[in-house]
Amino acid sequence: MVEITRATLVKDLRLEWRSKDAINSMLFFALLVVVVFSFSFDPNAEESRQIAGGLVWVAFLFAAVVALNQTWAPELRNQVLDAYRVSPAPANSLFLAKAIGNFVFVSVLEALMTPLFVVFYQLRAVGPVWQLVPVAVLGTWALVVNGTFFAAVSIRTRSREIMLPLLLFPISIPAIIAMVNATTAILTGELSIRVWIVLLATYDVVFTIACLLFFEMVLHAE
Amino acid sequence: MKRIFTVFALLTGILLSYALYEALIVAPTEKTMGDVQRIFYYHVPSAWTAFLLFTTNFVASVVYLIRRSAAADALAVVSAEVGVVFCTVVLVTGPLWARPVWGIWWTWDVRLTSTLVLWLIYVSYLMLRRFSTSGETPVLAAALAIFGALDVPLVYFSIWIFRTQHPQPVIGGGGSIDPRMLHVLLINWAAFLGFALLICWSRYRLEVLKREVEEMQALTALLQPRSSR
Repeated sequence: MVEITRATLVKDLRLEWRSKDAINSMLFFALLVVVVFSFSFDPNAEESRQIAGGLVWVAFLFAAVVALNQTWAPELRNQVLDAYRVSPAPANSLFLAKAIGNFVFVSVLEALMTPLFVVFYQLRAVGPVWQLVPVAVLGTWALVVNGTFFAAVSIRTRSREIMLPLLLFPISIPAIIAMVNATTAILTGELSIRVWIVLLATYDVVFTIACLLFFEMVLHAE
Repeated sequence: MKRIFTVFALLTGILLSYALYEALIVAPTEKTMGDVQRIFYYHVPSAWTAFLLFTTNFVASVVYLIRRSAAADALAVVSAEVGVVFCTVVLVTGPLWARPVWGIWWTWDVRLTSTLVLWLIYVSYLMLRRFSTSGETPVLAAALAIFGALDVPLVYFSIWIFRTQHPQPVIGGGGSIDPRMLHVLLINWAAFLGFALLICWSRYRLEVLKREVEEMQALTALLQPRSSR
């Protein structure tokens, strides 16, 4: 199972490395969101600390959807997904490979976009900055694990590109609340983030298990 | 079956009228809020009915995944649809009451926000069912229903922490309810439950008929000679 996960993951990463389709469209999209937001709000340094947590994660959420929508597109061409379905390879290793791949893409996006946010919004965190790392890791996984799952659901629908956010956003609300509030708490340095970390971790565990339990069923629901 | 349905519809009609009379005439007027408080007799029963229907949807989805019975899936569709309608009633009557009493239409309070999120999840459930091109829509929908159910405690908990960190309007002193009011409330709930059951029943029959028609059409299309197609 690990072997197949690794093979699929390496294949996806290599595809992305050569084409850079997902990361380019995500980056440009996130950049546009940042620019549009800065026109809409025009905050001073103190205000940006208050709202940046929300802005950052909304930008990442929208950009992540761009990548998540492309998750299964390469497998639909030439009926690769059908080949997967009839092969004895476990469905969950395919799912894990796709989810980890998306996690890598969105993490790269976040790493590249965060400096831009800092520059555009004159951000200076009052709280401990290193705490952003666990928030980002847990938050990104929360988005991509369900995102990868619902992308597999939405390829079975008409107008599939629009269906993914419609399914993903309502379910992601607790994770979004936790990510935004934890980030704001770190930036303003006012409150502890422990409770949000616990919530994100719980969300990740619950939905990772749920995705692994149901993915095979969804994969075969043609 | 048809006769039972008619009798049941009549009974529900009578009960609903009686409940309306009780709520508008018999129930005592609330001391501070006045007549606007009477919306409570519609708001709360709708909420209870909606939550009951969403629970039914969850149970039906689980049963469908285990047994793969078409009846369970039909029940899941029906309860989600009717549940969204009742939940909409809750979300509309709430602000109507809140505006004169709290002075605001909406607050991001735990119960309000959780109900809104639940409504969003179930609307996305209905959209998935409508837009799906898969031959196994029920499987996808049931998976979403289970994800939604897993999400509910997390939603409630996250909003609860979120709100306890922020100032919020004071929500009525809580405390006890006049027994006469409780009586009217329960009558109204019974009437609303009867009404919901009635709608679900006829919607269920419609769903079963629709599936039969679809099956027949598929069958006739298959049986037709190739030239005439």
